[in-house]
Amino acid sequence: MRIKAEKISAAVAQLCIEANRMLPDDVCAALAKAAETEESPVGRQMLSSLMENARIARTEQMPICQDTGMAVVFVELGQELKVEGDLYEAINAGVAKGYTDGYLRKSVVRHPLDRVNTGDNTPAIVHLRLVPGNKMRITVAPKGFGSENMGGLAMLKPAQGRKGVVDFVTSVVEAAGANPCPPIIVGVGLGGTMEYATYLAKRALLREVGTPAANPLDRELEIELEREINKLGIGPQGFGGTVTTFAVHVESYPTHIAGLPVAVNINCHAARHKEIVLEGEEE
Amino acid sequence: MEPIKLQTPLTVEDTARLRAGQTCLLSGIIYTARDSAHKRLVEMLEKGEKLPFDPQGQLIYYVGPCPAPPGRVIGSAGPTTSTRMDIYTPAMLAAGVRGVIGKGDRSQEVVQALMQHKAVYFGAIGGAGALIAKSIVQAEVVAFPDLGPEAVHRLQVKEMPVVVVIDSLGQNFYTLGRAEYSKR
Repeated sequence: MRIKAEKISAAVAQLCIEANRMLPDDVCAALAKAAETEESPVGRQMLSSLMENARIARTEQMPICQDTGMAVVFVELGQELKVEGDLYEAINAGVAKGYTDGYLRKSVVRHPLDRVNTGDNTPAIVHLRLVPGNKMRITVAPKGFGSENMGGLAMLKPAQGRKGVVDFVTSVVEAAGANPCPPIIVGVGLGGTMEYATYLAKRALLREVGTPAANPLDRELEIELEREINKLGIGPQGFGGTVTTFAVHVESYPTHIAGLPVAVNINCHAARHKEIVLEGEEE
Repeated sequence: MEPIKLQTPLTVEDTARLRAGQTCLLSGIIYTARDSAHKRLVEMLEKGEKLPFDPQGQLIYYVGPCPAPPGRVIGSAGPTTSTRMDIYTPAMLAAGVRGVIGKGDRSQEVVQALMQHKAVYFGAIGGAGALIAKSIVQAEVVAFPDLGPEAVHRLQVKEMPVVVVIDSLGQNFYTLGRAEYSKR
């Protein structure tokens, strides 16, 4: 089976536009639930504004947030599928088209120090994984930097254990305060190596809001973290309240006998991600 | 509580009576600037040059809007994180700016400067860019067009909703709000 680069570009362009305009149903449901449980009147007012914002974005084809993010693209490529053309170029062409045609903000600079805008929001961040089969799953997750800047990583000692993880994650959220536009979704990557823990934390943000982790140890950690974070009192927009996070998602991986890496990746309420499965053609 | 209606430019009397936690509706002209524009504006002030707009009594909104789709004056336009502008804010307030609009906490230096100049830090609703765009009735780039979304825009707003986060007495709504609900 084969797939043409142009088909990939067209799909990515469409995903960039849709992800930025349509707040996913699971997030809309989480907002509505938060509006019922939030104790602060100002907090409830802020949540209702975010729901109104999502409605406007959806019906008037406007981006949910002006920070339409750096495009993070997860690709699961079936190893029996042959890509005709350069996969990375195809993805970037799609990002450029989507961000231009969709009137999305171009927020990428070519070098972190000279900071010249690339003008089309490329390049994307691409996470490629080979999987069995002959299809290709593409997930576009535009990531704003108000929340991205507030993440953190710690290489804990194994002896610090679960308490160390809870204390670190909670301290990251506490320090972030109002900056990442709470209520937030907290992605936690546990284990692996330094860079793999951060990747896991990012991938955790793709999970449907509030879906429990499969591993019971991870699930227990999610429950404890959600409780501790919501005790902070930061609340919607940081104006005080009982809903600081909608959900904590933990993803774990085996690690080294000497290490306990933990990474935190924060997402604002605009947990944007949209996916498509592309099929190949007969060769 | 009824929101307080404010018309820009603001006087010292306007800002001095505002208190942390109050909701306001802003109308009139405001100017946008974020990281790169602030760097240039403050460099101009240091060189004794004139700014591209008269800062007296004006409000600066920390925003990099989306491009305007056809038939609209602007794209989504919510606030960006203010703390990145902390190092520039005292100079801007000293130049006559009466208030700034963003989201997230500020440095102690900014709080001091707000108190000194009887200025105010407003919070706009972070993540509500599509909603906020509805209160912007006119937009034009007035400086640094090469900065793209970071260019300085002159916006005419009508009843844009904001909350007083830090008032001219240095009271902080984030601190007050969090203390009320913290259970730790």
